[in-house]
Amino acid sequence: MTTFDPYAPSRETTEGTVFSVTGGDWDSLVQEIGSTKEERVVVNMGPQHPSTHGVLRLVLELEGETVTEVRCGIGYLHTGIEKNMEFRNWTQGTTFVTRMDYLGPIFNETAYCLAIEKLLGITNDLPERASVIRVMMMELNRISSHMVALGTGALELGAITPMFYAFREREIVLDLFEMISGLRMNMAYIRPGGVQQDLPEGAIAKIRDAVKLMRKNFKDNTSLLVGNSIWLKRTQGIGYLDLAGATTLGITGPVLRSTGLPWDLRKVQPYCGYENYNFDVITADTCDVYGRFLIRMNELEQSLRIIEQALDKLEKLEGAPVMVADKKIAWPAQLTLGSDGLGNSLNHIREIMGTSMESLIHHFKLVTEGFQVPSGQVYAAVESARGELGAHVVSDGGTRPYRMHFREPSFNNLQATSAMSEGGMIADIIGAVASIDPVMGGVDR
Amino acid sequence: MTDSDMFGARGTGDTSGYGGLVRSPASAGSSERPYGGYFDGIADDLERAYPEFSTAIERIVVDRGELTLHVKREKLVEVAMILRDSLKFEMCMGVSGIHYPNNLGCELVAVYPLLSMTNNRRIRLEVCVSDSDAHIPSLVKVWAGNNWHERETFDMFGIIFDGHPGLTRILMPDDWQGHPQRKDYALGGIPVEYKGATIPAPDNRRSYK
Repeated sequence: MTTFDPYAPSRETTEGTVFSVTGGDWDSLVQEIGSTKEERVVVNMGPQHPSTHGVLRLVLELEGETVTEVRCGIGYLHTGIEKNMEFRNWTQGTTFVTRMDYLGPIFNETAYCLAIEKLLGITNDLPERASVIRVMMMELNRISSHMVALGTGALELGAITPMFYAFREREIVLDLFEMISGLRMNMAYIRPGGVQQDLPEGAIAKIRDAVKLMRKNFKDNTSLLVGNSIWLKRTQGIGYLDLAGATTLGITGPVLRSTGLPWDLRKVQPYCGYENYNFDVITADTCDVYGRFLIRMNELEQSLRIIEQALDKLEKLEGAPVMVADKKIAWPAQLTLGSDGLGNSLNHIREIMGTSMESLIHHFKLVTEGFQVPSGQVYAAVESARGELGAHVVSDGGTRPYRMHFREPSFNNLQATSAMSEGGMIADIIGAVASIDPVMGGVDR
Repeated sequence: MTDSDMFGARGTGDTSGYGGLVRSPASAGSSERPYGGYFDGIADDLERAYPEFSTAIERIVVDRGELTLHVKREKLVEVAMILRDSLKFEMCMGVSGIHYPNNLGCELVAVYPLLSMTNNRRIRLEVCVSDSDAHIPSLVKVWAGNNWHERETFDMFGIIFDGHPGLTRILMPDDWQGHPQRKDYALGGIPVEYKGATIPAPDNRRSYK
């Protein structure tokens, strides 16, 4: 051992010498490791590493630069959302689920609400306008989510410009979300029985403009990355996972479609009326990071197509309800949009405070106690940006869930990290993890 | 269930004070044939492919358009293998636990949603065990992707999946006491320490009554 090094102090354990590296002088660390006889080095990457998509910890066993074993450590963002929901009524649950996978809030809310509606037996009573708005919001969300996947993925592999373009596009979508729901993220906009409120005035025209703009803008990233020789070298043949591997690991979403299987719940098990839209399921047959990147790039255009069709439908459904008619389930009032984003419904307040005692009682009951959901269990799944997001909901007949469980695609797909990276180079782990596109809020819930 | 948790819910958990709530477990009873849709076909196929069908499948429930097979714990792996290989349920979407503290002898339930991509079908397996003997055979050998899901269910409910390659906690810290998703585990009340600054337990800070 050399003299004490403040940047890389070491101590002896039964497993060998442990170095705690805090940055600074790497040369002394390299020198010390070089002087040991040990070939195998275990490196802890994360949970604060900037390329691990949040707080993912990777324990890497290395031989030189070759990775022999990868283990994931998760749970750093566990917030007990499933447990908390057992103590809140069904409507309040949307505020929790929207915070799981924070890049796909609309998917979380929709899966949750579809499950509740299935339990209540009101799936077919849902007004068409509500379903169309849900579809439109989900596709907008898919764009904003894919934009983060592409932007951060490129950034982590050393390409900084795609990130600027991607976040510029994401900003367009978040502005639309803000206009529609009042919030840019964690909107709790999809509610059991419909959506929180109708689109504000002039929304359709604004969304049409945004679609046009995005279609033009997407070309920037396409021309920057598709066929780019450096990008190809970092992504082609990297993070390989074939269909057999994906199936046994339960992988869904773009990672599964990169094996060539056109499995997309929007097509094969449609919900929210997806069977009424024309769009293609994008696949690749390369089973690698590049294939997954191409899938996400091309899914953007499909989402735009769906949004345009949804807008056409919404124009025809102008003025139609966006909540189920059953007043025992539907939220008492549609909020109006004030200058500050959200506002109360003044007409409703006038009614419950001034004219109708029954309305006030009804409002009070529904808002504080909530509605009861008949006993039973269901599983409802949607195709989120990351794969199958399933909601397993158990009710015992009460006003709150008895048990909520989310089958999170990020949680499941992250298991593929080892299969994708072991035997490869340490630098390719970054690409493999980025191509899975895990969101730790969803992984840990 | 404890008498009171930090949110002040007592007994039935009816927060309204109305007290008219009737609570019952999710999948009580069993369904009779015909089950409808492709469910009869699945039951027939499984009966044909698996001679011990009548002893392994305790009951079949069809509710809200979903088929649930209640499987005897000892036969779970056999049934899963046949569902995977003969009935083409290639994917298992994980495990979800449920805790019914009042359902004596069947307190802990593990629910496995299965997906057949070949036939575009879904079914659900359910296995229940008693709290005192909370062991279920692991399905990681059948569907490798169940690895983390089983760890999560162990972490949250304390169900021990026998034969799992490394059944450790996954979301909670390794030295955590108790299994948080069980009904006898109250919400909140855990003193949380952050960087040496101790924050009082939620039940000492404010009341949600």
